[in-house]
Amino acid sequence: MATVCAVIASTHHPFYYRASTSTGADRPPFADEWVAKIEAFRETLTRARPDVLVMVGSDHFHQLWLDNMPQFLVGKAPYFDANWYNEEREFGLPRMRLEGEVDLSAHILRHGLDAGFDLAFSNELRIDHSITCPIITLRPEADLPIVPIYTNIFAPPLPQPRRFVELGRTIRRLVESWPGDQRVAIIGTGHLSLELGGPRQFGEHGPDPEFDRKAVDWIASGDVDGCLGEVTLDSLHQPGNATHGFMDFMLMMGAAGDGVKADHVDSLDLFHTMEAYFTWYPEGALS
Amino acid sequence: MSKYLLDKFLFTVDRDPGLVERYRDDPADTVAWWEEEMANRLLNCVDAEQSTWLSFTADERRALVEQDHVTLFEMGAHPFLTLTLFIAMFERDHGPLEYQKAYGQAMEHLTLPYPDIAT
Repeated sequence: MATVCAVIASTHHPFYYRASTSTGADRPPFADEWVAKIEAFRETLTRARPDVLVMVGSDHFHQLWLDNMPQFLVGKAPYFDANWYNEEREFGLPRMRLEGEVDLSAHILRHGLDAGFDLAFSNELRIDHSITCPIITLRPEADLPIVPIYTNIFAPPLPQPRRFVELGRTIRRLVESWPGDQRVAIIGTGHLSLELGGPRQFGEHGPDPEFDRKAVDWIASGDVDGCLGEVTLDSLHQPGNATHGFMDFMLMMGAAGDGVKADHVDSLDLFHTMEAYFTWYPEGALS
Repeated sequence: MSKYLLDKFLFTVDRDPGLVERYRDDPADTVAWWEEEMANRLLNCVDAEQSTWLSFTADERRALVEQDHVTLFEMGAHPFLTLTLFIAMFERDHGPLEYQKAYGQAMEHLTLPYPDIAT
């Protein structure tokens, strides 16, 4: 059966690409520290020697729209084009094309349905920065086949936080039951406290540093029960109006396992929102 | 209230470079054209298959024509859609992050809970 060689959870900051590639007067003062942290984070994936990447993210009203909105969707296609006009426009993100791992998509769909998740699917999916940002940070060669999995953290009504954790646990089990000897990294991105289009946006820090501190502790220590004890669909409005993206971190906590401490933990306090990076090695610490 | 239709306007304009410029330059004409031609279009269907019941209220139409992001927020339009489109239209007229900060400051009087964005 396949091996889960790494579980990785990260924020997805669309400004990283431009910040890290800018030079001279255009280069922001925090860019060098940010790049150093990302390069250390990238090494945690490289060290795991993955063959395939399962990529969990959330469409930002690009292909998925309110006339037909899935809660959880698995991409199943030989290729995924990536990034959209408004992401080029606002963030300077490049157009990309990633290969798909159709057989693993089919396995996750069939057995996910049988495990109680009525997963939607797409055979022609153009993915956005929730998945391309971690490709840019963690695997800029973009040379590995992927299975994209989208969650709805964006258009209420949303699934409950517990459902995200359960889906993460299920994805972990499904990857581990995939016939073959492939090494699979499960990578998911979300947000800590975040405000978009509201009065608390674009401040000196994220809108709720206290939430961010607690969230990093929950994730780093694998404290699924503590997190589920405090986080509800209602409570996530308090730290910032886009903080429901934290549920993708909760999904990754489910994939990493209850009580399992992360092997790599890092964060970076930026304006607007805090960055956070976590890697678990299910096979044990890799040297 | 038709939050869905406000969101549909913001969504369809934001993803089209020509419409972004048209809405920036002539909001009244763009909103009138859009409500006539686009409001009832099913986005994943041929033009002949249309809805028959979608229109703005007078207040919604006014908020869009006046490009009033605070009122759109108060009406429950999706804040991500409004922010993304308005940055596309107006960031160019300001220094780095100046527009984004002013956009938030214009809403400083708003407190939790924010208007419901569920559609």
